[in-house]
Amino acid sequence: MRRSWWKIASALLLIYTFVCGLLLDVPHLPALEETIRNLYFHVGMWFCMMTLFIISLVNSIRYLRNFNLKYDIYARQYATVGIIFGLLGYFTGAIWMSYTWADPNNPSFQSFSAVAREPKLIGTAIALLIYFAYLILRDSITDIDKRARISAVYNIFAFAMLFPTIWIVPRLLPSLHPGGQSGNPALDTRDIDPRMLMVFYPAVVGWTLLGVWITTLKIRINILKEKKMMQ
Amino acid sequence: MRSLNHIYTLLKKDLLLELRQQYNFYGVLLYIVATTFVLYLAIEEPEPKVWNGLFWIIQLFICINAVAKSFLQESRHRMLYFYSIAGPRDFVLSKLLFNSLLMLIMSLLSLVLFILFLRNPIQKTGAFIGLVLLGGWSLSLVFTFLAAIAAKAQQNAAIMAILGFPLIIPQLLLLMRLSNAAFDPSLAIPADTILLLIALDLMVILLAVILFPFLWKD
Repeated sequence: MRRSWWKIASALLLIYTFVCGLLLDVPHLPALEETIRNLYFHVGMWFCMMTLFIISLVNSIRYLRNFNLKYDIYARQYATVGIIFGLLGYFTGAIWMSYTWADPNNPSFQSFSAVAREPKLIGTAIALLIYFAYLILRDSITDIDKRARISAVYNIFAFAMLFPTIWIVPRLLPSLHPGGQSGNPALDTRDIDPRMLMVFYPAVVGWTLLGVWITTLKIRINILKEKKMMQ
Repeated sequence: MRSLNHIYTLLKKDLLLELRQQYNFYGVLLYIVATTFVLYLAIEEPEPKVWNGLFWIIQLFICINAVAKSFLQESRHRMLYFYSIAGPRDFVLSKLLFNSLLMLIMSLLSLVLFILFLRNPIQKTGAFIGLVLLGGWSLSLVFTFLAAIAAKAQQNAAIMAILGFPLIIPQLLLLMRLSNAAFDPSLAIPADTILLLIALDLMVILLAVILFPFLWKD
């Protein structure tokens, strides 16, 4: 009980997000209207993804420091769940986009190629491709120690290259997506109504905790599998 | 001082190998000529934007071809020998240097061929040559390190493309934007983007020096 307080907190925060996020009053802006509520879900996914990728990076570094295979499993599982949250972020963004950016005279499927050129969409597409490549590289090597070492090296290298992609490049290029040339691409608090911040912060924390929770379960399953293989 | 000596010796060994068995150099050269010629037949006079996109994509493929064998050619036993006479840092630095040199030559040659076959849409020639050198250098650094990973994973060059394409997109995007400015006399070439690219290159060198020792051990 003492160690599971954050799981309870995650569940409570997410219940709060869903109830208050859908019921509380939000500012009515042209073009956005009620879709603005997607902020609690779409942005929350990205925060969760970034956090999970950073934890994955930290575990790769820990692996290279003391070559404990446990950290390799951690790194891999955090990357996998990070990818899932990245895809969810992409999809929630696509739904939001089809109501706000897409040309109403044009089906959203046809305007996708124009919209996908957004610097932030490029950045996230690259992030997902990099982590898919990480998984492919990892699974292509059969020797356990070698696999752990090489994939840890690639994870660190890829993350360092990813930084400029999603934190610097979007600030240089013009974009429809809020945040960017003027400020922080993910979090521009001056731009968000205080009423929405009341739900937004708990939502971000809740999604991130949920991501970590799912990963810890996956890690436990995988460590058990490894143990079974050893016997 | 000793490590400089090691780097110099390893670099000299690579250059000598290249001079004695020139099939690799001529192989890449032939690759450049053939692709440019195919492009020339497929699209006679591309617009500047198309020219630019094609040029950088061809650079990417040239780089993979030129750099791929740098680590794959070294057999296990030879790696062991290098391990006993030099440190991993010297080894990776010599490879980075050698591949940078190779790629700079290849980039310039492909630029000449592009201008020869596909017209010359460049307005600021000096700036564009500088950009081509910077781009070739950036590409060679990233792909040298990926070649090391691919060689250690005992994979062919295909995995290099899978690993490298997503990583190189941001640099290619910045390079294409910069070279678009070189095609248009009214646009100024932004200095901060160039600095960003150079900073990225330095970061790749630093990462290679830090991470290669982990790849090296078997």
